[in-house]
Order: sequence, then structure tokens, then C-alpha cells
Amino acid sequence: MTRTNSLYGPLDPARDAGYVDPPPRKGFFTDTSICIGCKACEVACKEWNEVPDQGFDLLGSSYDNTGALGANSWRHVAFVEQGSGSTGTRAPVDLGMPTVRGEQEDAAEAAGGDSDKPDFRWLMSSDVCKHCTHAACLDVCPTGSLFRTEFGTVVVQDDICNGCGYCVPACPYGVIERRKGPSGAKNVGIAQKCTLCYDRLGAGQEPACAKACPTDSIQFGDLDELRGRAQERVAALHERGVSSARLYGHDPQDGVGGAGAFFLLLDEPEVYGLPPDPIVTTRDLPSMYRRAGVAAGALLAGAAAAFLGGRR
Amino acid sequence: MAEAHPVGFQWVVEAMNRGATVIHVDPRFTRTSALADEYVPLRAGTDIAFLGGIINYVLTHELDFREYVLAYTNAASIISEDFQDTDDLEGLFSGFNRETRTYDETSWQYAGREDHAEPAQETKQERQTAQPLQHESHGISLQDEPPRDDTLQHPNCVYQILKRHYARYTPEMVAETCGVPVEQFLEVCRAWTENSGRDRTTALVYSVGWTQHSVGVQYIRAGAILQLLLGNMGRPGGGILALRGHASIQGSTDIPTLFNLLPGYLVMPNPADHGSFREWIEDMGGGAGAKGFWANAEAYGVNLLKAYWGEKATADNDFCFDYLPRITGDHGTYRSVLDMIDGKVKGYFLLGQNPAVGSAHGKAQRLGMANLDWLVVRDLFEIESASFWKNSPEVETGEIVPEECATEVFLLPAAGHAEKEGTFTQTQRMLQWREKALEPPGDCRSELWFFYHLGRMVRERLAGSTDARDRPVLDLAWDYPVDGPHEEPSAEAVLREINGYEVATGRPLASFTEMRTDGSTLGGCWIYTGVFADGVNQAARRKPGSEQGPVALEWGWVWPANRRILYNRASADPEGRPWSERKAYVWWDEEQGRWTGHDVPDFEVAKSPSYRAPAGASGVEALSGDDAFIMMGDGKGALFVPQGLLDGPLPTHYEPVESLFRNPLYAQQANPTRLEYRREENRMNPGGADAHTDVFPFVFTTSRLTEHHTAGGMSRYLQYLSELQPEMFVEVSPALAEERGLEHLGWCHVVTARAAIEGRVMVTERLRPLRVEGRTVHQAWLPYHWGSGGMVTGDSANDLLGIVLDPNVLIQESKVGTCDVRSGRRPRGQALLDLVAEYRRRAGLVGATYPPVLTTGKGTEQ
Amino acid sequence: MAKTFLNWPVLRQLTGSDVLGRGAAAKSARSEELTARTSTADRVARSVCPYCAVGCGQRIYVKDEQIVQIEGDPDSPISRGRLCPKGSASKNLLTSPMRQTTVRYRRPYGTEWEELDLDTAMEMIADRVVSTRRETWQDEDEDGHRVRRTMGIASLGGATLDNEENYLIKKLFTALGAIQIENQARI
Repeated sequence: MTRTNSLYGPLDPARDAGYVDPPPRKGFFTDTSICIGCKACEVACKEWNEVPDQGFDLLGSSYDNTGALGANSWRHVAFVEQGSGSTGTRAPVDLGMPTVRGEQEDAAEAAGGDSDKPDFRWLMSSDVCKHCTHAACLDVCPTGSLFRTEFGTVVVQDDICNGCGYCVPACPYGVIERRKGPSGAKNVGIAQKCTLCYDRLGAGQEPACAKACPTDSIQFGDLDELRGRAQERVAALHERGVSSARLYGHDPQDGVGGAGAFFLLLDEPEVYGLPPDPIVTTRDLPSMYRRAGVAAGALLAGAAAAFLGGRR
Repeated sequence: MAEAHPVGFQWVVEAMNRGATVIHVDPRFTRTSALADEYVPLRAGTDIAFLGGIINYVLTHELDFREYVLAYTNAASIISEDFQDTDDLEGLFSGFNRETRTYDETSWQYAGREDHAEPAQETKQERQTAQPLQHESHGISLQDEPPRDDTLQHPNCVYQILKRHYARYTPEMVAETCGVPVEQFLEVCRAWTENSGRDRTTALVYSVGWTQHSVGVQYIRAGAILQLLLGNMGRPGGGILALRGHASIQGSTDIPTLFNLLPGYLVMPNPADHGSFREWIEDMGGGAGAKGFWANAEAYGVNLLKAYWGEKATADNDFCFDYLPRITGDHGTYRSVLDMIDGKVKGYFLLGQNPAVGSAHGKAQRLGMANLDWLVVRDLFEIESASFWKNSPEVETGEIVPEECATEVFLLPAAGHAEKEGTFTQTQRMLQWREKALEPPGDCRSELWFFYHLGRMVRERLAGSTDARDRPVLDLAWDYPVDGPHEEPSAEAVLREINGYEVATGRPLASFTEMRTDGSTLGGCWIYTGVFADGVNQAARRKPGSEQGPVALEWGWVWPANRRILYNRASADPEGRPWSERKAYVWWDEEQGRWTGHDVPDFEVAKSPSYRAPAGASGVEALSGDDAFIMMGDGKGALFVPQGLLDGPLPTHYEPVESLFRNPLYAQQANPTRLEYRREENRMNPGGADAHTDVFPFVFTTSRLTEHHTAGGMSRYLQYLSELQPEMFVEVSPALAEERGLEHLGWCHVVTARAAIEGRVMVTERLRPLRVEGRTVHQAWLPYHWGSGGMVTGDSANDLLGIVLDPNVLIQESKVGTCDVRSGRRPRGQALLDLVAEYRRRAGLVGATYPPVLTTGKGTEQ
Repeated sequence: MAKTFLNWPVLRQLTGSDVLGRGAAAKSARSEELTARTSTADRVARSVCPYCAVGCGQRIYVKDEQIVQIEGDPDSPISRGRLCPKGSASKNLLTSPMRQTTVRYRRPYGTEWEELDLDTAMEMIADRVVSTRRETWQDEDEDGHRVRRTMGIASLGGATLDNEENYLIKKLFTALGAIQIENQARI
């Protein structure tokens, strides 16, 4: 049972936002079990949306030199090296201390350790704006720049945004960000994030990232259909013995009312840098507004009285 | 594959979703390893030991696909009793000449056919001219059936020789040599063999790093033996897939810009073998009585010469055969570069190629370019090979001083792929036509434009010349229609000429079988004939894949004759029936009396499986109805290669030229026939010399990152790719980092006998030390994409390499070497040269003596 | 819709179904007019990716004689519309700010590039080919074999050139007697 005009729980967001008879809600299902970390999604997104480069810095975070989603990275591929822990990922490895290392350890390492479970995994996952059912960025936007499209997605309108930045802390995933540069790039100062290629959707085309994705790790489509497909994929992986497969962001009962972009992961969300239990930051807004509304109403009445008084 | 050919990898994912098992064997844990069911790290340069081990497993347990092996391979053929194997001769085959370091092939021939061998004195010449590249496509030349033993019991039948040859490649030996644990190795053996046979096929996919070894050709041969034994060739889901690295690198081999080949794998003539037109034809397999499709070599040769010299080429003048310049030895790119250093080469064209970063031994490349009279670079960007005179590492060390460097450099901007039309040939031999999207900007022009107009201008300058040397230029058929604001020649007109046509009518030929020897037809590349069949540009066909079956015969055009899987006759049994319902591909339709199926049959379409060649038959007629390997003189897939390979009829494990280990199998350490250039700037650190393994104690290998393209000329100049991999780095295991005090993201430098380069340290468990011969061996991995130009710069990994070549094809060993890895940045200026010199001194790589190539006393002296 | 006060977002919000003003009522004029560049291109060329040898299909969208988008060709049975990061950056390859569009010339002993017009460069190169060929011509080699060639000119081509281009390159160089003609396939 979906509600209307709610900021929490299951909802049909496009209908809720006033679209009469909208098309089926669109979204992404990102199956990280077949992600090869090629970053085609990152490049295809930048080419289509004219997102500038964000500088040339080696991060040392495995093959990830993008770092995080942001104004200049609407797609971000995370690389997670899981082994004994001595691998070089984000934190520099402390190798300065003398240690005693025996032949046996060398042999064990060379032999690949316990052969029953994988001793090493390289996980990759392409992250993106979740296009939440309850999108706090949109709820707090004072200008109406952020809006809900007929496809149920959340889009920043560059011609409206005044760069106030309220949306930035509101996002429970840390996705949206104001563009700080480079100078000369378009929309500097304005909040930026994935639009799920709103322009392409309007033309009946799929988003650039999903179109490019070589292995179909990023799948675009009707959210209901994608959710069904994802459940089948999890079941198939479980059957193949990949017991770690699980979905993330698919559940309309979760803290954001279900994400428009959800994932199949092979480990806990934190491993990929995703919040384990995100909650829309505006969940308690309605009750707060109700209380504030009384005060605001009184203020408005007073202001009107002042105007009327002024006319006189 | 996921790393360097990501879009191709979608089909692997597709297969995995249908239950396929994927095994990835690589010294480096890549994006492919991340998804594979099994990742098998091995010591770089030991692939023949690994594959030889699997061959041994197959033969020991008799797991070969016997019906297939008997019918379609030369397993039953009997080899000369004079043949001696590497076990008898400490790593050499019979016929080895110690002085020339080449083989006399007589003892490798089929019994009673010893006179078919190439004369011994010619094999040295063959190495110099990379002639095995010719043999690769021409196969053995035979005039009758070799003796057979269908029981496979004859001690000198190929099957038994194979069995003996690989008997020592046991799982334990593989473990000791490759560093692959026995149990893991056996898992690979089981997976491969269980998934091969009547009902199932296994594909072997390699990328061309495999060719970049001093035994590169034999790596691929080892794969071929295994795939033939298991019946995986010519069948759907099987085969050996070479994932080549450039958009039209297949095309640039088919229509070669290679010194030893002419289009369609015809050979560049040399005076020793090809004094006359007739000798040239016969050497290519076109002699009287020859068997197979190369028997028509005369037609292919005549049509090429007619395409080159048009009406001037007539039967009376042997179609201007005399106009072809002659090669007399090794004129390969590395030889040419050393000749530049020596001042022999004056002018150099670089066409979309960046050897300053992309070729082995970057310093030799740059010093060579600095010693030219003139250099023409045609590229999209100001690549390092254009700017070497001002910002190469040698400018920093003072080895190149701009004010003293006389090379005149022309950097001409080139048109990109969208700005011109033409065909690329991709890695499965498919030609695809590109439409032109728009005009190139500014002075950017296509190579077609550049060479057409350069030819026109040179001909204008030579017009009226009476000098005989200018006749080939002035008589050249060089008349192509031009169009547009820049007078762009018509690529379609050139493709028509490549396809070939009837001279009198201009009617395009539909097949190379229409080529005539009398000069009434012409065609520039016989294997491409058919691409313009019916006057239609078949390469431009774009019937959507979704509207076709999986073989998609109406998308593009594949040579030869639009066949998608080569030798697909082998997908049916000797009687012409599919081996199984599941693997049906091409089969004999008895009712219609023709071959049919999902693909174009790679066989004469009306030749019945029961056809037996009459005695004395020649040409295609001599191929019987079950001779599936139609380009081979005996119609059989070659498990054992009697002719054409310079380093032996069977793949044998040799250590890489730079190695930390002695060859565990034979006294002969490395490939005894390899081509080396012994020069001061090209010092190699010899393998297995225990005294010096402490100087260069680690193994290194190089390869690609998804985010960049080869030498970086098409990636480092783009912001969207530069930001994804912005800096040169060196991957090391935590153990190596600990041993050398390397800090993650800190700096390190890698030192070899040629150079020292620096990069940021990437400590990762994706690299792991291996246990080899009881020792721990550390392998470092480096990407080779960086140079001094572009948006992101860094040292070039290829600077580390020396030049030592596979004898068959003259490709360098660039995927394995020995090095030291040190913490911190490399020294600058003279101090850098001093550091490398000090390493050489410590390793004993000084003076006029070079380490011996031969490490066994076997072989003959004369 | 005419730009009248009826189009005010606030009014739309109060009169429409989007009472919270987060959807239809908040849609801006630009959002209303948004179109995909792929839909408004003047023409589309069917092409092939220039990077590796997989041979992925590309569609190149051109508007006002500028490339506005390059993306995968879904009709290709090889690639099914997909591209890797390099293929996806193909537009960047052609429109990079670092792209050379004029001839650069470095004279012997020069320390800087100079400008040179294309026609002059072509004349100079043709002159050098003719003279180097003449100066380094061999009718016979050291062993007296008839060879009719020049060892003074070498070429190394990329493997991203078209077949038609390689064909003309080999044809011209062979006629000139230049034999050290190589490409990436040897490397």
C-alpha cells in the first residue's frame, strides 16, 4: 500500500509528485558480480553530460582514482581488494617495522592459503545517485531546482539552482555536491549529480552508462521489472554457491523508501563504501513542519496585516 | 581479456551465466582474474612448461579425442628415424648447427620424405627474413601422403614422439618450474579435458603478450597441440582466439606493412630463393604437383603484380616481377633502429606509431631517431616520437643535445577514425567499413591522402627519367579518383582494387578462385577477394545482429570467403556428420550433395566426405574429403611440424633470456636459435647465472591497463582517460615491499641492464610471490603506457627492455626480464647513467665478451 | 505554453496535483525543452572503434559539422552497443584540446617547433624522399645480388590504419624500392 505526499515508506514517487498517468518508474540495477571495473560508465557519463575531469591524482586506492561520487563524478567505480589485509588500498601500509617472516609463511602464501575459500577477492562496483523514493535533497531544495521527473527520478535543474547547497548535507549517501571547478567548466557553483540521463530518457534512450557497460553489470529499465530480475539473479548466484550475494537498496520498506538505483553486492555495503542503513534525512520533517507551520501561519498573518495596513 | 578487451569479455560473462568455467593463467592478477572461477598465477616465461604439462596429462591418461586426432591431425604420421629429441640432445633437436645456431630440418621430415626439408644453409636466411611467418599460413608442402600407423603404436609416429617429448613435464615439474601447486595444476587439467570432446569444446584465448617472448611462436604452437589433441579446433566454442591489440592489426598483417611480406602472405622475394618469377611462385607452394590451396600461388602472385603495375605488367615481362625490390636478411624494425644509430638509415616515417614509448628499448629507439636526416611523424598528437629531441630522458642525461641533433622533424596532423572512410580488420579477420562522419579539422589528413599525394608528387619529380630504377615508380598503377575539398582519394576504389576485378570489364571478382594467371584479372590481396563481390561493399553490411542467428553472416565480411570459423570442416566427423547435436556447425547434406550449416563451409562445398584424392593428384584436387585443414599440404592439423619452424618441430621449455633459474629440464638454457643483437647498448642479463641473480633478483613483466591504450598516444592526451589512471606505478606484493622497504604510494625505481625508471609503489596482494625450485620468487608488474608527453606523464616501462627476438617472426621478448626494485626516485642526469653502469659492472656485463647462447655441447660444429 | 503567470511554478503547485511542488510543478522551462543530442543530430555515421581489435560498432552523431556524440552501435553482433572506457572516450580523442591540427616543423639543430604550411611540408617531404632514395640506392648488395632498393628509408606504421591505407603504403614504398616497411604487428 503506497501513500501519498509522504516523506517515508513505500510510494510511487512520480504519481506522488503530481504526474497523472506517468510512465513506469525507471531505475538502475547494478549487478556487481559481473562488474569488471572498466570505468566505461564513468567515461560515457562524462562524455554525454559534459562533466569535466576532476584533476589527475593517483589515489592508491587499488585502481580507483576517482575516489567518490561528486559534482564531477556522477559514476564512481569502487575497487576493493580483500585478502589478508596487508594489501595497499586507501590507507598506506605500514611496512617500516621489522618483522620475522619464516619460510613456512612464504610457502603458505605461495600455495594460496586455504584452498576451500577464496583467499583473495577483487570486488568492483559502480556507484551512482540512488534516485531515492524519498529524496531528501529534493525535499530540502528551497528553489525547486531539484525535482521529481515523470520517470520517478530526481534531477537538478541548472537554470533554477542558486547554489545554496542545502541539498548537499541532506543526502544520506553523500552523492550530491556543488561543482567547485575547474574554472571555465559549466555549472560551477551549482549542485550536480546523476540525472539518470533525463534528456535521453525523454527520447526513449537508455542512460549513457548503462548503454556502454560492457558486461551489462549496469542494467537500466522499469524498476519493478529490475527488482524481479535482481531477485532471480541472487537466487541463481546462491544456487551456484555464491552465498554472499545480496541486494542493496531494493526494498521499498527501507530508510529511503527503496532506491531507484539498487545493487547486487557480494559483501556488506560498508565494504563498498555504502551506508548500511541509510535513512532519508527529512523523515521527521512533516511533524517538524506541522509544528513550525503554526508559528509560520501566525507570522504570515502578521505580515499580511502589515501589507494591508501599508495599503491603507 | 576483461582488462584489455572489455567489450569482448561480455561473451565470457554470457558463457559463465550458462555454466562455463573460466580459468585465468597470468603472472598478474587482472580484472579477468577477478571474475574467473580459478586464477592461476605462474612465473613469467614458463607457459610452455605449463601447457606441456597439460599435454602430458592428456597423453598419459589417453584423454585425447581419438577419432578427431586420427582423422584430422598428423598424429599417425611417421617421422624419419633420424629424428632425435631434446631429451637425447640436452635441449636441442637433431640437425643443430652450433656455428649458425640453426637447424637442418632433414631429420624432422616424414619418413621417406627427408628430401622435402629446406636446405640447411637456408634456415639462417629464413631466420633473417622471418620466413616462418610465411610457413605459418602456407603449411607444409607435400606431394604425396606420408606413411601412417593408425594404431598410433609405431615408435616414430607423431603421437608416440609427442608422448615421449612431454613425458618429463609432470605435475611436479610444472610446480617446480612455474610455481603452480600440483593440485591447482591438476584442477586445470581436469577442467580442460572434461570440457572437451564430442559434446563439449573449450576455447583458448590469449592476448598478444604471448607472442612477445623469445619462444613466442612455440607458446602458440603448444596451445595448438593441446587444442588439436582435445578436438577443439574448427568447432564452435573451441579454437584459439588471439586477442590482438589494435583496431586493424590483423589487417596490417593481411595487407602488410611488413618487410618480408606482400599482401595476402605472399613473400617478398630474396635473391637466393627467388631469382626468377617461377622460383618465387614455387617457393610459395605453387609448384607443379603441389597440394592444397597454395597450389594456386601463381594466380595470387600475378594478380598482385597486375594490381601494382597495371597494363605494364604482362606475361612477357613476368608481370614486372623484376620491379619488386629484394630483401637479403633481417630488415625488421629493430634492425632498422640499430641501423639508424649506426647512421645507415636517413629518413623515417612514423604513421600513428610511437616507438619512443611503445617499442622495446626506448633509449635505442630515441637515439636512432636522433641520428636521422629527416623524420616524418603523422599522428593526432605531439607524441614522444615527434618531440624526442627536446624532452626525452636522453635530453636529461645529455645523450641528446637539441643544438647538436641534426634530425629534421615534420609533425603532420592526421585524420581520426571518424574523419575518413575505410575498413579495419578486427581480430576475428572481420572487415568492417567505417563511414566518414565529417571532414578532418585544419591540416589533418588521412594516410590515404598523404601517400596518394606523396606518390603523385614523387612521380612528378621523376617524370621523364630514363633511369631504370625509376621505372617501377613511373609504371605504377597510381590513378585513384579523388573527391572533396582536399582531393581525398576514394577508399572504395582502393578496396575494389584489393578485391580484384576483371581487367577488360571491371567486374569485381567474387572469389579468389576466379583469379587468372594470364593477366586478364587483377587483385591486390587474394584473401580479401570477395569483399567487393557483386560490386557491393560487403564490409559495409550492417544487418542488425538481433535479426540474424549467432554467426551473423551478414554483418561485415570475414576473410576468406566470409568464413567465420576457420577449418570448420572439422566441426563434423570424417563422414560429415556433426560430432554431436549440441556442437553441430557445418555438415554434409547427402541429399543436396553439399556442405551446409550455420557458417560458410571452409571446404569445397561439393566435395563429399568420401572423396579420396586419386594418386598423383595435385592442387585442391589432392585434398581428400576428410582433409579438414585445407591450407596444410597434408590436410592435417600439425601436432608435429616437420617444416617451417626455426626452433624445433615441438614446443620445448626454454627459460626466458633473462631468468633467475637454470632450465630444470635441459642443459640448454634458453632458445638456442634466438636472434640477439650483441651491442653495448643492448646488454642482456643472462639467465640462470647464479652468481649474478643477486644483482637483478626479481622478475618483471608488463601489460596494459583498461584505461589506457598501448604507448598512450591515444589515451594520455585525453582528459577522460588520463584522470582514470594518472600516473606510472609499479605493482609489488606486500612481501616484496617489505623486503625492499617500499611504501605504498611512495616512489620506487626499477633497474635493468638497460635503464632505470621510476614509478609510484602500488603494494597489492594481487601480486603474490611464487615458490620455484624451493625458492621464493618475486614478480613486479608494470604498465607501459607512460612517456614524457600528454596530460599525464611518467617513465616508460619499455625502456627497461633489451632487444632479443623470436627467431621465427622477429618479435621481441618484452614480457619477461630480470630487475632490481629500489625505494625512492631514480637519480637524474649523469647519475642515472652511472647507476645503470654500476649494475652492469656488478652483473659482469662489461667488456667484449657476452654470455654464451649455447649452454650444451650438443649439436654439430660445421 | 505561453509565458504567462499561469506558468508560475507556485500557481502550478497550488492548482495542480503536485501540491508539494516537487514534480511536474517544479519543472523548469529548460527541463521542459530538454532534448537528447542523439535525437537532434544532422546525421549519424556508422563506424568502428579505433582502439583494440574487438571491433565494436560505433554511431557517430554530427550536428553543424561537429561531433556531438559517439556511442555504441546496438546493431553490432560483436559489441551489441557497448563500449569500454576508451571507446566511450572516442569523442574526446578527436576533440581533445591537445589535438594537433597544423603542421609542426623542427629544423636541424632547432630547439623549438616552427609553423609550416601543409603544401610546403609535402613538397619538402617529396624532395627528401627523392633525394634520399637517390643517395642510398643499391642496384646490387655487397654480395653482388641484384636487389634494386634503398636502405635509406624506413617506415613504422600503426595498426590503426585502414586496410586501404596500408595497401597504398606498401604499394608506393615497394615501387620506390624501400623495404624496411614495418608496423606494430612486428611488436
